[in-house]
Amino acid sequence: MEMKELIVEKLKKNFGEFVQEVTDFRNDLSITIASNKIVDVAKILKEDPELEFVMCKDVTAIDWATRKNRFTVVYHIYSFKNNITLRIKANIAEESPAIESVTSVWPSANWYERETYDMYGIVFKNHPDLRRMYMPEGFQYHPLRKEFPVLGIPGSLPLPGKI
Amino acid sequence: MGLEAKLQQDGFITTTIDSIIAWARKSSVWPMPMGISCCAIEMIAAADPKYDLARFGSEVMRFTPRQCDLMIVAGTVTYKMAQVVRRIYDQMPEPKWVIAMGACTSSGGMYRSYSVVQGIDQFLPVDVYTAGCPPRPENLINAVMTIQQKISKTRARDFQDQPFDNTIITNN
Ligand code: SF4
Repeated sequence: MEMKELIVEKLKKNFGEFVQEVTDFRNDLSITIASNKIVDVAKILKEDPELEFVMCKDVTAIDWATRKNRFTVVYHIYSFKNNITLRIKANIAEESPAIESVTSVWPSANWYERETYDMYGIVFKNHPDLRRMYMPEGFQYHPLRKEFPVLGIPGSLPLPGKI
Repeated sequence: MGLEAKLQQDGFITTTIDSIIAWARKSSVWPMPMGISCCAIEMIAAADPKYDLARFGSEVMRFTPRQCDLMIVAGTVTYKMAQVVRRIYDQMPEPKWVIAMGACTSSGGMYRSYSVVQGIDQFLPVDVYTAGCPPRPENLINAVMTIQQKISKTRARDFQDQPFDNTIITNN
């Protein structure tokens, strides 16, 4: 497809080898980029007059458990102009996982990043308000990490008072 | 039936204060609809004209706990929500009763997971458990009737001298 080639071409022109992988599976274009370039990539994709990916639909993460770069942060963005959804991925390492926040580009990423932080413990740097989304404040763990037991850690969530 | 028949006779009845208070209590159990998820829909259905919880004096669902004596916990209680449920329960005046409606409240149900309390009896004194996912309205009505039977066995003095305990509210 012409539009997809244009996207890849533009990114490759701007970021060279920072574009690590491009896959187009079942008409879903996914682009893996170096995690330190995420905000720059986001800016280009949003502000380029031919692309205009103005909507950030989702930010989430994958815990690969055994890989060297344990986490992958996944962004789904959408262009009304071209009616195309694009997936951006960035691999990050296990030790103190962190990535720059894209809230400066897409304000809607705010709560998605909070959720991803809550569930995976990935820190989004320069996020305006990085608090937990679902779990109570003060909770120690990140439930969607692979090592977290399904039934939780006994005693980690307080129950109210005596009966 | 009931009192009207007595009017044809002498015009008075003999009873005990305990039993007439218990009769009054059980005939006007006002529920606190703690509708947290899908079970709440069936709870609403139980109050609608088809099932008509009003037949048992329990149609006045009050959305303030201070006017209620029966808490119907209808839905999945997460650990986060458990604090809220308990706080609302603590605000209800004595005497009070609790129905655990549905599998989720009784045992965690299908949510065998870190976020859901595996049975609200871990932090609330439950009087009646209701099976089902969700329980049919008949089942909830049956639970209310069971509560009524339970109340009818109480004596007025069972609930005396229970000072309002606000320690839990402030500790939250
Ligand atoms: S018992 Fe079933 S219907 Fe009721 S709240 Fe749980 S999942 Fe919903």
